[in-house]
Amino acid sequence: MGTHAVEEATDSATVPSRTGLLIIGASQSGVQLAVSLRALGFDEHITLLGDEDHRPYQRPALSKEFLQGMVGSESLIFRSNDYWTGHNVDLVKGEYIARIDKEADGTGVAHASSGRQFPFSRLALAVGARARKLEIDGSDLDGVLYLRNADDALALKSRVGDAQDVVVIGGGFIGLEAASSLQKMGKNVTVLEFGPRLVGRAVGDETAEYFLQAHRSRGLDIRLNATAARFTAADGGGEKPHGVAAVELQDGTVLPAQIVLIGIGVIPNTQLAEQLGLDVDNGVVVDRFALASDGTTVAVGDVANMPNPVPGSAPGERIRLESVNNAIEHAKVAAYSLTGHRAEYAGIPWFWSNQADLKLQIAGLSNGYDQTVLRRDTERGKFSVLYYRQGQVIAADCVNAPLDFMDVKNALAKGQNIPATAAADVATRLKIITTDS
Amino acid sequence: MPTVHFTDAEGSVRDVQGNVGDSVMETAVRNGVPGIVAECGGSLSCATCHVFVREDCVSQLPPMEDMEDEMLYGTAVDREDTSRLSCQLRLTDELELFVTTPETQV
Ligand SMILES: Cc1cc2nc3c(=O)[nH]c(=O)nc-3n(C[C@H](O)[C@H](O)[C@H](O)COP(=O)(O)OP(=O)(O)OC[C@H]3O[C@@H](n4cnc5c(N)ncnc54)[C@H](O)[C@@H]3O)c2cc1C
Ligand code: FES
Repeated sequence: MGTHAVEEATDSATVPSRTGLLIIGASQSGVQLAVSLRALGFDEHITLLGDEDHRPYQRPALSKEFLQGMVGSESLIFRSNDYWTGHNVDLVKGEYIARIDKEADGTGVAHASSGRQFPFSRLALAVGARARKLEIDGSDLDGVLYLRNADDALALKSRVGDAQDVVVIGGGFIGLEAASSLQKMGKNVTVLEFGPRLVGRAVGDETAEYFLQAHRSRGLDIRLNATAARFTAADGGGEKPHGVAAVELQDGTVLPAQIVLIGIGVIPNTQLAEQLGLDVDNGVVVDRFALASDGTTVAVGDVANMPNPVPGSAPGERIRLESVNNAIEHAKVAAYSLTGHRAEYAGIPWFWSNQADLKLQIAGLSNGYDQTVLRRDTERGKFSVLYYRQGQVIAADCVNAPLDFMDVKNALAKGQNIPATAAADVATRLKIITTDS
Repeated sequence: MPTVHFTDAEGSVRDVQGNVGDSVMETAVRNGVPGIVAECGGSLSCATCHVFVREDCVSQLPPMEDMEDEMLYGTAVDREDTSRLSCQLRLTDELELFVTTPETQV
C-alpha cells in the first residue's frame, strides 16, 4: 500500500504526505482512470483533484437534459462519496494546480494556487479543454456566456427565465444542442455559423445538410456564413455594467439578444504540460500507451494528442478526440500503463449528440473517406450515411437510426465490411449484409 | 426504499438501495456495480447498460419504447425476452427488482 494522504479536503493548513498517483482533472477521463486502476488492482493511494467546486459530474447533459430541467444535478454525479472512500481515492475539489515540480524519476510536487501542495509518486494529466473565447467588441458584457462546465450551465440556466431572444454563436454540436434545448424552452433562438455549413469537420456534407434542413424545418433560425461583429448593451455604456442587448453582424444585421451563447470549440489545457517541458502539439503528445514524452506522466482524454487508434489509419497519423467514449477508453489504456501492462486502445470511437428529436450517433472516424452511401428511410424518419475508404466501411453517421449505428459499430469492431453496393437498401438490416472483409 | 439486486454473470449478488425516480443504471453506476458501463449516462445512445430482468419482475416495469427496442439489438451480449436497458428503468416506491448483468457490455 502507498502512503495515505490527508483525508480532509478542506484542511488547507496540512501538507499531505505523498500520494501514489495524482490525477489532475476530476472529470470524465480522470474519474475513469481512478476507477480502472482500482479494477486492475492498483493498490497505491490515489488523489483525484480538480479545480471545480462540484463533485465529478458528466458534462453531456449540460447542453441537453440538464439545461432543459429534465434531470437534476444529482443525476450527473459519477460516483457516490462512499465509492471513493471505499476505494481509497481522495477527492480534492476546488484546487487549481498552477505549477508542478517534477523529478526525472516521475515523482514530484504539484502546487495549487491556494498554496496547498500535493506531493506525488506518479502524475496523470486529465485536465481536458476549455472553451475557446470570442474576443470582439462587447464580449465582456453581462450575458455573453460559454458552456463548458457546470458553473457555465448554472449561469445560463439562471438567466434563461428573463430572456426572450438568444443568439448562439457556433453551429457545432454544443451550439446546436443548446440552441435546440433553448428553443424547446420557448426562447427565440438564432444560430450564427461563420462557416458555409454546420458541425465543422465532425460529420460529412450530407449529414451537415440534413441537420440544417431538419433544424430549419423545426423553426430554428440558422444563418450560415454569418459573423458577429460586436455585442451591444441596452444603452451607450456608462459606469455600471450592462447586459448584452443585441448582436451586430458583419453584414450590418442587428439581432436582439438578452443571452449570447458562444460555442466555437475548445482549446486543450496544455499549460501544465508546457511548464513541465513535455511535448505539446494540439494537446499533450502521448504514445500508444498514453505516456507523455517524459515516459512517466500519462495524459488522457480531451487534452491528449495520440496516435490514431483506428485500425487501418495512416501510419504516424495523430488525433485528439473530444468525446466521452474517448475519455473512457483512453483512461483505460493509461490505467494499464500505470500498472505495468501494455494495452492499446480498444474499441471503435463513437459519439452521440441529441438535438431536439434528432438523435445522432456516430460510429468510427470518417477522416479520409472517398465514398459515401446514403441510407434514408424518409417514412420512418431515419437517416444514415456510411463512409468508405477504398471500398471498406470506416464510419457512419446515424440519425434516429440506432440499429444502423449498432450494426456499423459492431462490424467495425470485428474488422468486417458492409458492401457499399448493398448498404442503401433500408429494407435490409445492415447486419445481414455484413461480410468478413 | 427501492432495492435492486444485481447478479453478475458469475452469480455473485449486490443489493443496492436507490432513490425513487433514479434509474436502475444510475443506482448501479454511482455505487460501482461493475456489470453496468453506461457510457452515455442514460441518454439511450450506447446500449452498455443492458440487464436481464428476472421473469417475475418484468410486469412491474413500464413497456419499452421503440428506441430502446432498437438499441437492444446491438448489445454486446445478445438480447433475450427479458432484456432491458437499465437507464430506462426508474425506481418506484417499494420496488424490489432483480436483474442479472451480462458477461460484457462492450
Ligand atoms: C456541454 C457539453 C456537452 C457534451 N456532450 C457530449 C456528448 O453528447 N457526447 C460526447 O461523447 N461528448 C460530449 N461532450 C464532451 C465530453 O464531455 C468531453 O469529451 C469529456 O468531458 C472530456 O473529459 P476529460 O476528463 O478529458 O476533460 P474535461 O471534462 O474537460 O475535464 C477536465 C477537468 O480538469 C480540470 N482542470 C483543468 N486544469 C486544471 C488544473 N490546472 N488544476 C485542477 N483542475 C484542472 C477542469 O476544470 C475539468 O474539471 C460534451 C461536452 C460539453 C461541455
Ligand atoms: S446508459 Fe447508454 S443506453 Fe443506457
